[in-house]
Amino acid sequence: MQRFSSLTIKDHIRESEIINKRILTSAIVAGILLLILLARLFQLQIIDVQHYSSLSENNRVSLLPIAPTRGLIYDRQGRLLAQNLPSYTLELIPEHIKNLKATLTTLRGLIRISDDEVKSFRKQLRRKRRFEGVPLRFRLSDAEVARVAVNQHRLPGVEIVAQLTRHYPMGSLASHAIGYVSRINEEELRHLDASEYSATTYIGKVGVEKSYEHLLHGEVGFQRVETNAQGRILRVLERTLPTPGKNLYLNIDARLQAIAEKGFKDNNGALVAIDPNNGDVLALVSMPTFDPNLFVNGIDSKTYKALSQSTRRPLFNRALRGQYPPGSTLKPFIGLAGLELDAIKPNETINCPGYYMLKNDDRHYRDWKKQGHGITNLRKAIVESCDVYFYNLALTLQIDRLHEYLTSFGLGRLTGIDIRGELPGLMPSRAWKRRVYHQPWFPGETLITGIGQGFTLATPLQLASITATLSDLGQRYQPQVVHAIQEPGTESLSIQTAIPSGNVPIAKIEHWHNIIDIMQDVVHSVHGTARGISHHLSYRIAGKTGTAQVFGVKQDEEYVAEDIAKKLRDHALFIGFAPADKPRIAVAAIVENGGGGGSVAAPIVRKVMDYYLLKSDVPPDANK
Amino acid sequence: MLTNEFVEDRITSSRLLMHRLHIDLPLLLGLLMLAGVGLFVLYSASGQDDSMIIRQLIRLALAFVILIAVAQISPATLSFWSPWIYSIGLLLLIAVLVLGDIGKGAQRWLDIGIFRFQPSEIMKLAVPMMIARFLADTHLPPNRKRLLLGAILIALPALMVAKQPDLGTALLIASAGGFVLFLAGLSWRFIILSLVAIAASAPFVWNLLREYQQQRILTLLNPQNDPLGTGYHIIQSTIAIGSGGLYGKGWLNGTQSHLDFLPERNTDFIFAVFSEEFGFFGIMLLLLIYIFIISRCLVIAVQSQDTYSRLLAGSLALTFFVYLFVNIGMVSGLLPVVGVPLPLVSYGGTSIVTLMAAFGILMSIQTHRKLLAG
Repeated sequence: MQRFSSLTIKDHIRESEIINKRILTSAIVAGILLLILLARLFQLQIIDVQHYSSLSENNRVSLLPIAPTRGLIYDRQGRLLAQNLPSYTLELIPEHIKNLKATLTTLRGLIRISDDEVKSFRKQLRRKRRFEGVPLRFRLSDAEVARVAVNQHRLPGVEIVAQLTRHYPMGSLASHAIGYVSRINEEELRHLDASEYSATTYIGKVGVEKSYEHLLHGEVGFQRVETNAQGRILRVLERTLPTPGKNLYLNIDARLQAIAEKGFKDNNGALVAIDPNNGDVLALVSMPTFDPNLFVNGIDSKTYKALSQSTRRPLFNRALRGQYPPGSTLKPFIGLAGLELDAIKPNETINCPGYYMLKNDDRHYRDWKKQGHGITNLRKAIVESCDVYFYNLALTLQIDRLHEYLTSFGLGRLTGIDIRGELPGLMPSRAWKRRVYHQPWFPGETLITGIGQGFTLATPLQLASITATLSDLGQRYQPQVVHAIQEPGTESLSIQTAIPSGNVPIAKIEHWHNIIDIMQDVVHSVHGTARGISHHLSYRIAGKTGTAQVFGVKQDEEYVAEDIAKKLRDHALFIGFAPADKPRIAVAAIVENGGGGGSVAAPIVRKVMDYYLLKSDVPPDANK
Repeated sequence: MLTNEFVEDRITSSRLLMHRLHIDLPLLLGLLMLAGVGLFVLYSASGQDDSMIIRQLIRLALAFVILIAVAQISPATLSFWSPWIYSIGLLLLIAVLVLGDIGKGAQRWLDIGIFRFQPSEIMKLAVPMMIARFLADTHLPPNRKRLLLGAILIALPALMVAKQPDLGTALLIASAGGFVLFLAGLSWRFIILSLVAIAASAPFVWNLLREYQQQRILTLLNPQNDPLGTGYHIIQSTIAIGSGGLYGKGWLNGTQSHLDFLPERNTDFIFAVFSEEFGFFGIMLLLLIYIFIISRCLVIAVQSQDTYSRLLAGSLALTFFVYLFVNIGMVSGLLPVVGVPLPLVSYGGTSIVTLMAAFGILMSIQTHRKLLAG
């Protein structure tokens, strides 16, 4: 026992030493570990501080785009054609709604909400954050807004949000020229400047809205906001206001346009009016029109189907894209070609028996007047629209010279109008036929080219443009729809200058005056094909009627309009400018399946000219 | 001269008062300082939530009361009760496993009518007490039989807690017990051998881990693997720490914490809030407080007069360091995310009480010494 206890005392000192040594060891190890921790913290906070600071900043701050206000569109007189109106959207904020199903039921009791709208709402609900508004219905009427507002107290989390939506106050007026905006689609998204359009919902789809998108859109603004981890905005740190888009003033006069549109009644067709002195497009009509407001917030499929599948094709811009045989409206130009290229003299005559025959060809090339015009000079050939005279002239000129001369006016080429989508028409030539059809040119084809038929195609815009060129003695201009650009918030306008696009070569100016003089007889002489519009005319119109065949009449058939279904009837055309001595307006009009140009198309042109040249004389409502 | 004597007398008397109350003044001051800093940070981390501060304050007050209460119990009494406390703790652990409440997807809590508590917290103290008692009964260094038995006494509760599953607490329990073995003079050969054995059994242990535990370890190796899932905590807390820089963003100005990017910012990740707002400079000051407390505890261990006290005090001091190391290590992305709070700073109940009880034991050891040279 004694041995044991002495050993215990001894051990106690030894044990203390053991433990103390171990405590020292532990302290050293702990010190080393602390240094490792410090090294790590040093690395994070001192060495990589920049990296982590920027990560933290990116966490915290996000850049939110602010959509610019789209520029307004006015007509020539400052009448509003496109504006931005507040429209009301019903939004639900999920985090404030206790019972979504009950809320939806209550809402559907108040206003009309379709199943489709609920479906698309539920789809969006999954993508949005809890505190973000999810739209349920767009374009609430005032009454609907009121009904929801009155019940707001029992609809927590239901909000009515006002936002600016494009609106076209004139409705369908000039819709093909103005165009419309609609939601940006995926295809457009791929080509757009992503940051510029980051807050924009709408983009111009056609017409001025599309072609002047870059001016109308404006520049996006930004706000730097502090957000929390859930993305909720806590405060705005910095704001760069968006620059609103520029306002546009069109050359189009809304009243003139309205008169022209009304003139078509229920007919399909197109009319383009141009100021020959500068290329200003005064009216751009394509009938029927459509209401561009339908497209702004997404058109429903039924309405769209009705528009796109209608046999009248209201969405088709006939003025820019309708390619028609110009028919007899081309005769003054071919006559001018004959004079200028020295193929005819003004008073040379031919005999018109009512048909024309080529050598080695027993085919009869008919004149529209079965019994023929008899002895015919250039004046008579244009005024009465003799076909045989122009068969002969075309054959003398040959297709290549004809092609070259008419191309110099701009046929078969784009006019360069400032809205997109125009088609070039077609002015045929030997080379063209060889290239496209791999066939030689036949003399018969030259004949019918001489009366604006056959391969020849022109858009109403081109016809108006060449008419303007003729009236301005060969000076060509690019047609322009936009008249002026205005910085928003200012009064000053920057007027678009006229863009000359070349000259038609002039051999002898008398030839031009001669043709213009003859064209006046078309309207003002007793034999003129458009004499019907000369009644009480206080100024002089130089014009030409035309009839474009929709389908060929066989050799031994007669064309009897009444027997043919309306859609197969000839198109009626008229080109003209006024006042003849000092032209201020040049117009081309085509009435599809209208029959005769003199009786159907010319009166519309007269109304347009009357309003433009006399204005107050014809109030726009007088046409009803 | 008289005044000087008087002052010295006053100091001696106040020291005596502290001694009589069984309070170690340096340790108490260190703890109060830390708790103060903790409340300061918590105020910011909680988004200036007064009620949270009040609750933490109440908890701290309660913990200090427990500290002082525990300090009154002499080491001899503690040593006597050690096996009993250990046995009761073990029974409670078994009870938790059998009928425990499910809290946070893990069985940790035992609901005993008035309040719910975690028996595993008891084991953080009971295990080192038990092992210290077990080894102090014989000669040091312990023989193999003692070691083996000691290892079993540690492993039993540690495995049961790990199975709850609460890896962090299991780790703390195991290290508290392990430290006693280590301090008792466990041979270096044995230490190296067991480290090798742990390394060798790692693949086996890996398979025993729950999927989320495995995920945490994988995440540590590459947090960017799953930046919004398991890697989110580590990514956001390293961003918070790193963006703090040298001087921090200032109190209440931490964007990572105030804008909700930092998860668990009141509890396990409060160190990230501190680092973001006070920077590297602030961290140095905070670590100084910790180093002061740990050093004081080690001094108490060295100065203690019997083997039981020496082993227990040393183990508790080192366990406190483990808390600190594991928490900062995990928040700064050095260690996998295991649920270990930043001692005395993190918001939370039982761990503060347990920690304070441990400091109570340390104070008891320091103040129950027989003043030999008095």
